[in-house]
Amino acid sequence: MSEIKIYTAGDSSLLIEFEQKISPEINAQITAVVRLIKAQQIEGVTDMIPAFASLLINYDPRVISYAGLKSRLEKLLKLEISGEASAARIFEIPVCYGGEYGPDLQNIADHAGLSPEEVIRIHSGEDYLIYMLGFLPGFSYLGGLDERIHTPRLANPRIRIPAGSVGIGGSQTGIYPLDSPGGWQLLGMTPVKTYDPDREVPILFEAGDYIRFIPVSEAEYLDIKKQVDEGTYTCTIHQKEV
Amino acid sequence: MGIRVLKGGMLTTVQDLGRTGYQSQGFSVSGVMDIRSFKIANLLLDNPENEAVLEFTLMGPSLEFTSETIIAITGGDFQPRVNKKPVKMYTALYMHKGDILDFAGCRTGSRGYIAFSSYLDIPVVMGSRSTNIKCGIGGFKGRRLKEDDYIGFRIKRRYLPFFLSRSLDLDEFDYDEVTLRVVMGPQTDVFTAAGIETFLNSEYTVTSEFDRMGCRLEGPFIAYKNTADIISDGIAFGSVQVPSHGKPIVLLSDRQTTGGYAKIATVISADLPKLAQCRTDNKVRFAAVTVEEAQQLLLDEVAEMNEFRRRIYKPCKEVLECRLVAKRLGKLFK
Repeated sequence: MSEIKIYTAGDSSLLIEFEQKISPEINAQITAVVRLIKAQQIEGVTDMIPAFASLLINYDPRVISYAGLKSRLEKLLKLEISGEASAARIFEIPVCYGGEYGPDLQNIADHAGLSPEEVIRIHSGEDYLIYMLGFLPGFSYLGGLDERIHTPRLANPRIRIPAGSVGIGGSQTGIYPLDSPGGWQLLGMTPVKTYDPDREVPILFEAGDYIRFIPVSEAEYLDIKKQVDEGTYTCTIHQKEV
Repeated sequence: MGIRVLKGGMLTTVQDLGRTGYQSQGFSVSGVMDIRSFKIANLLLDNPENEAVLEFTLMGPSLEFTSETIIAITGGDFQPRVNKKPVKMYTALYMHKGDILDFAGCRTGSRGYIAFSSYLDIPVVMGSRSTNIKCGIGGFKGRRLKEDDYIGFRIKRRYLPFFLSRSLDLDEFDYDEVTLRVVMGPQTDVFTAAGIETFLNSEYTVTSEFDRMGCRLEGPFIAYKNTADIISDGIAFGSVQVPSHGKPIVLLSDRQTTGGYAKIATVISADLPKLAQCRTDNKVRFAAVTVEEAQQLLLDEVAEMNEFRRRIYKPCKEVLECRLVAKRLGKLFK
């Protein structure tokens, strides 16, 4: 892999910088490196933050020094890492579009010059790559939103957007993991809790996974919501074809 | 058995070393701001290194003890009192049922810590007892403490060997100026040589925008080459980010996991407690050190903590003074 550099980020973190651009290929490399480092179980590594084009590694310098960790990572990074080879997961996220669940669906349709049905078809017709998670617990930065439904943020952000809301902000789409203020245009809502601190796996996704939105009716939404509340619902997960 | 909150103070939360392992999923670490004071408080009571404490800011809480326990108070000099009588900080204190702990006022520093020998009965959420107020999880109901809250203890632990020796020198936070050592990077090359020189040779002032998330500093403009914006990347504890307004912001315990501003340097772990104890209008200077120096300072601190442990783990010389012993023992039997 070319253009990979390691920088200090204080005495307990270091930053691996990949080629500085946002692309699925770079992201796949980072996901592969994260898996590799996890598999190596390097003693002293406490946490990793993969982002669009970099990977921050937190470590305990009482266990491993900067020089020690850097040389181990350099050896790992020399290995032939193929992002394609690692299997990615696709999460099916049921979404009830429009109405009270997606108050801005008509806005988005008007802006795009399409019907709401077309917006739903386009939005749910794509598998979105999770480039990174940040901002809020489980908030996924998704790539791949169809240009036709790019929509500017609201001029007046809402003070409270309920957890589960699915929105579009500029060229991005995403799910609000918890109640939060925000300016994205809301087109639907999922009953699935992408973040639940009391669940064994509090956050469903990892960077490198994909999300596929599945349109559901209000009745289906309510049924799934009931299952979620009872703790009996599990997301359908596919393996992405390589 | 536990503590009842009579007054919550300004910002009193349950914290430990934080919630690590979930940052890749956007989850902030939280945890104590001043790790050194936190460690010393637990050390004085032979608590595990990561046992949860109460962290309070500028105005301390008022607590009633509903059972016996031993506590240690560290951090800034908040002038603690038990039943309105002054008591020592950095010392193991025996608390009786019904005792009321409060603070006469914050004389130096800005954050204080109370450790408990009986351990606070706070559920572990995602590996930590730290409060994350933004997400409303961890700690006591995911929020700051307020009047009438009650926290129980997990165990009965009212005896510690060498009780009279459990006292250490106070850390001094009585300063108006502080020099924070930094390791340069990761995005130093975003800034001009003049900008880096400004950063390392200017005096900055702590503004009132200083909370658990970060500390905004006011001072000379740090020049960057084209733009201070980068493709969002991960943020470390102590990252010094410089947005386009050219003024540094040091990111602390409740920092976001990722951000899109260039980070000129990172404050070293050994100096983060000094910043955590700063107040508005304190002056801050930055001095560059190598990562090796910074890591050596951390290892030195481990040795220092071991020395503290040895110091409190032997019979104290006061034992030979009968009257003093009688006085202190008398209190225990009260």
